[in-house]
Amino acid sequence: MAKKFIALTLSAVLMLTLLSGCGYKYAEDLDGELRGTYTKELSGTVLNVYNWGEYISDGSDESIDVNREFEKLTGIHVNYTTFESNESLYSQLKSGGVSYDIVIPSDYMIERLKNEDMLEKIDVSRLKNYDLIYDKYKNLFYDKNNEYSVPYSVGMVGIIYNSALIDEPEHSWKALWDEKYRDMSLNFSNPRDAFMTAQMILGQDLNSTSKKDWDDAAQKLKEGKGVLQSYVMDEIYGKLETGEASIGPYYAGDYYTMVENNENLEFFYPEEGTNIFVDAVCIPKGVKNYDAAMLYIDFLLDPPIALANAEYICYASPNKAVVENEEYSFYEDEILYPGDEYEIERAQYYHDIDPKIRKYYENLWIDLKLY
Amino acid sequence: MKTFSRIYVALIILFLYAPVAVMVFFSFNSGSSVWIFDKFSVDWYKNILFDTAMMDGLKHTLTVAILSASIATVLGTAAAVGITALRKKVTRSFVTTVTNVPMMNADIVTGISLMLLFVFFGRMLGLSESLGFITVLIAHITFNLPYVILSVIPKLRQTDKNLHEAALDLGCTPVQAFFKVVIPSIQTGIFTGFIMSFTLSLDDFVISYFTCGHYQTLPVVIYNMTKKTVKPDVYALSTIVFLTIFVLLILYNIVQTKSEQRRNSRG
Amino acid sequence: MNKKSFGSRLVAAPYLVWAAIFVIVPLLMMAYFAFTNESGAFTLANISEIGRYKKAFGVSILYAIIATAITLVISYPMAYFMTKMKVSSQRMIMIIVMLPMWMNFLIRTYSWISILANTGLINTFLQSVGLPKLKLINTPGAVILGMVYDFIPYMILPIYSVMSKIDNSLLEAAQDLGSNGPSRLRRVIIPLSMPGVISGITMVFVPSVSTFYISQKLGGNKNWLIGDAIEYLFGMGPDYYNVASALSLVLMVMILLCLAVMSRFTDDDEGGVIV
Repeated sequence: MAKKFIALTLSAVLMLTLLSGCGYKYAEDLDGELRGTYTKELSGTVLNVYNWGEYISDGSDESIDVNREFEKLTGIHVNYTTFESNESLYSQLKSGGVSYDIVIPSDYMIERLKNEDMLEKIDVSRLKNYDLIYDKYKNLFYDKNNEYSVPYSVGMVGIIYNSALIDEPEHSWKALWDEKYRDMSLNFSNPRDAFMTAQMILGQDLNSTSKKDWDDAAQKLKEGKGVLQSYVMDEIYGKLETGEASIGPYYAGDYYTMVENNENLEFFYPEEGTNIFVDAVCIPKGVKNYDAAMLYIDFLLDPPIALANAEYICYASPNKAVVENEEYSFYEDEILYPGDEYEIERAQYYHDIDPKIRKYYENLWIDLKLY
Repeated sequence: MKTFSRIYVALIILFLYAPVAVMVFFSFNSGSSVWIFDKFSVDWYKNILFDTAMMDGLKHTLTVAILSASIATVLGTAAAVGITALRKKVTRSFVTTVTNVPMMNADIVTGISLMLLFVFFGRMLGLSESLGFITVLIAHITFNLPYVILSVIPKLRQTDKNLHEAALDLGCTPVQAFFKVVIPSIQTGIFTGFIMSFTLSLDDFVISYFTCGHYQTLPVVIYNMTKKTVKPDVYALSTIVFLTIFVLLILYNIVQTKSEQRRNSRG
Repeated sequence: MNKKSFGSRLVAAPYLVWAAIFVIVPLLMMAYFAFTNESGAFTLANISEIGRYKKAFGVSILYAIIATAITLVISYPMAYFMTKMKVSSQRMIMIIVMLPMWMNFLIRTYSWISILANTGLINTFLQSVGLPKLKLINTPGAVILGMVYDFIPYMILPIYSVMSKIDNSLLEAAQDLGSNGPSRLRRVIIPLSMPGVISGITMVFVPSVSTFYISQKLGGNKNWLIGDAIEYLFGMGPDYYNVASALSLVLMVMILLCLAVMSRFTDDDEGGVIV
């Protein structure tokens, strides 16, 4: 009887292997549109990619499935997994339990990984499409010589609210503390972003090395905790789209994804300023398939792929071929590309912070979660 | 009293099946919400096949479940035989306690301790990657073993010890006696152990979460999906799995009833 | 006799080696991490850190106790009524009770969101009949409900299993000796069903006190249960392994103590699984 059972399940596994993948329509004539060269030299190998959730064009809604197209083009199997915060990415890499060939962290985490010698150098001269990246996203503080990262997307944090449920709030981070929205407001469930919302209200430098600053910000967060419904990251999509919550902070690109499912959602950048970030592609130490990783990076930069990604994730793109493309849905969009005044004057980048301060605020965050 | 008991049982069953009903109901939702119903549609069922993460997860889960249940059954049956043969009560209760540890421990403790072991040894061996198929398989075998052992031991106790001796007297070698006499008499215990292991493996989340690395099992894939927006495709997949088991259990029930009837009519 | 039984005992050797490597050693490693700091030096600092988590421990234990108590109170009559049914129905009911266990644990929990959410099924219904909405989700009640729901089959089945094996002649004898219904329940059924009750309590309390998924999905993610804390700390990387291991160690010891106390109520040293 057990034998029959085993046979049955094994055949189910086999059937699934055969059936899976049915239904995706490969893009026609993608080859003709690509700038880079992709050969099948590395066919049969595996590429382990670790990226944010919902951060690549995956074939849904008739978009291009980037990973599948890459596989078709090169024969390299992409093993794609996701993480939800820079901190969890860091701990995965640090623990050494799993190895990745491509990771896509944010600026300050790249700085930290670089300083802790956890990244491989990337020879950008090997990338045919690197010239498409705007100069303003090169030589940034976290990678001054462009040796360790290739920009993937740019974003800023703002506040999203449901205009059918609440009136337009004042354009301030204080809206998340407002009693009017008790049990309907949200905040970030990772320490860096959550602290940012408090720090902005207090007018602090997001990279402050003063413990007192962080104490004050923690106190502010404690004050606001009772008003919140929940601390969230990607769960926010479901909550704002259905009206389960009415206001919360998130990234500009994600607003566009949400508004497709609920047209009553509105977005604004708070007056006090916000966080601007660049997410970039890196190759971590311990990479098993370096050449495939380089191919993948070039692929991501390639105009049709960069466009597909930009259209899908709706974040601002650092790629000229996308931003200057008049067919691009977000061509000259004010939210994604608000212009240099806001970007340069009021938006701050996170830098990698002195480990003592980092531990300090991480502990403040633990206290916040422990009643 | 009888009507009260009927109502009570019905209410409990209602409670047990409320989320199941929700799952099945929303798997047929045309929209992408899992709590606001749009129109009836089977699109999400078709969608499942596209989703490589879910399909891989299902494959991984089935593979690990079958392998770990099988290996645990073999190891565990051997262990049960060995444990029953122990003379001293002290040794036997010591071994029994050790056997019970994975069962008594919270999953999170088992998962974490195994993860620490694997990462530590991985680093010692200079591996760039320690968590994966092997580690999650080992973890599953480890938590399955106690259930196999504890399913087989009662059966072994029930078995007439004289049967084994009788087989030896009749000319069997110890090995032959074991396979031809002992195993058949404990086979229900072995089978129960196997089924329990398989079930536990299929549904295990916490231990797999800490030990699987890239080789994500289905519950881990689903967990990652619940961290983002849950769409009805997950519900569709669960419904399919659920219905499959449902049908299998009904069939099992019918087979059991028939074989009992046959046994009763013979006696 | 010696040679044969030695051979039989040897057969258990592979298992013992396995258990030593994969059960004992990991726990020793966890203890090692709990008592050392990042550079490997012995320290009690991690254990003293536990003090900070005392509220998380307290709340986790409290919720788990409440959930276990509720589960027991609901399941006991259920098991009893099941034993009173026709034998053929009993097997059917057992399958019906077991079946939800085959639905993925995460989905089983997650589905409650659909039911309890502010915009979920219950509130949509209340609104449609003109009643005000209720805050059901992101509350302690929702978390406890999740615990009860997820683990109730593990309470019903062991109790039922033990109860159904109670020899009817015992009950008849009690009746002959003048015992009435409630008295029979108190003096015969309840004591004899204890092994099942203990088994059920164990299988509900342990996963409830250590859960992180239920609290994350149904509890609002604002305050940590001990499982949340451990999961978060391990997710923060090797720097936090020491504190996280200490927490796990304390959790494990705590659970084992509770179980040891409970096992004094049962004479069962056979070690059989109540299936």
